[in-house]
Amino acid sequence: MVSVSIIGASGYTGGELLRLALAHPHLEVKQVTSERLDGQFVHFTHPNLRKRTQLKFVRSEAIEKCDLLFLGLPHGSAMGRIDQLATLADRIVDLSADFRLRDASGYDTWYGKPHSNAAWLGKFVYGLPELHRAALKSAKYVSGVGCNATATTLAIWPLAAAGLIDAARGIICEVKVGSSEGGAASADSTHHPERAGVMRSFAPTGHRHTAEVLQALKLKNVVTDVHLSATAVDNVRGVLATAHVFVTPGTQEKDVWKAFREAYNNEPFVRIVKEKAGLYRYPEPKILSGSNYADVGFEFDPKTNRVVCLCAIDNLMKGAAGTALQCANVMMGWDETLGLEFPGLHPI
Amino acid sequence: MAVQTASGQAQCPECFADVTLNKVMQNEITQCPGCGAELEITALEPLTLALAPQEEEDWGE
Repeated sequence: MVSVSIIGASGYTGGELLRLALAHPHLEVKQVTSERLDGQFVHFTHPNLRKRTQLKFVRSEAIEKCDLLFLGLPHGSAMGRIDQLATLADRIVDLSADFRLRDASGYDTWYGKPHSNAAWLGKFVYGLPELHRAALKSAKYVSGVGCNATATTLAIWPLAAAGLIDAARGIICEVKVGSSEGGAASADSTHHPERAGVMRSFAPTGHRHTAEVLQALKLKNVVTDVHLSATAVDNVRGVLATAHVFVTPGTQEKDVWKAFREAYNNEPFVRIVKEKAGLYRYPEPKILSGSNYADVGFEFDPKTNRVVCLCAIDNLMKGAAGTALQCANVMMGWDETLGLEFPGLHPI
Repeated sequence: MAVQTASGQAQCPECFADVTLNKVMQNEITQCPGCGAELEITALEPLTLALAPQEEEDWGE
């Protein structure tokens, strides 16, 4: 068994990661940390784990060496402690944004302050297996992914990979997101009477995850503007990305189908959903709750050369903890789907 | 007189997937396993598929 600890396990992604790790056939959870909940049983914070573990939270200073370390710390925390954290385990997966960007200047632009430990950025591999599987196999340090970035990137990636994007026209993407994206901490605006029933534009422009999408597009030498807008809706889990991508003149629907199939036919967690029959004919986040699947689809408008690319995920799974475990499986040389087989619920 | 059938692959006119057909008859209705479109076998040699008429649905929108 491989020993694993989670630093910062009291939040939603940390709890989700703990749920997955406890059920993983090759992982043994050693320690989980929370400064605030030190000494308390984890199942009082993550009640779905009752009778699944008797673990208690410990302070991070009590963490011992292990084989694999997951970091579920708030953004900005891991970058200042990474030298010390790296002494605790040979392999680290950091779910925060601290090591997602390869270009340090992106932190000034998108996070509003410089990266405090930029020398480490080049040591991390961006943790989206659909784009970086080969590098992940030999990686020791893997970054997490932004949930909205994941949904957007997976929606448009086939067109980028196939060279079909008309970069001069830019990409416009709207993401509709559930409340768990906001994390476990509450605020006045998340008080139930205020939050319930909203369709709240919270980042019409300038969403931080845009940086990850731009970085992904550069892998295929696509340099274009990405206009990302985020709207909070009345779900707990889920992201639906609706991306408007203009393709090069002469592109036909057949070419778009081919691009999507070439990108995803062999991907274990990406399914193409564009159906003429059935209850959910386009990607729908609702039926993905708790699963690591990303459902993608598209519709092509030949009059304007616009492709509406869609992607649905569970933000806590494919958008965070699920992909983190998928990366760990790849790093360890295991079957990529281990511990991630849950297909979701229907009806829900 | 035996009914003529054919087996092989044909392309879905909706999503361009290769659809495997086994002992199908002319005018038989089948379904694309990829996109779910209802398809009519319009010819056996070569095997040819066309979209079968479907009831339109606006999902209440």
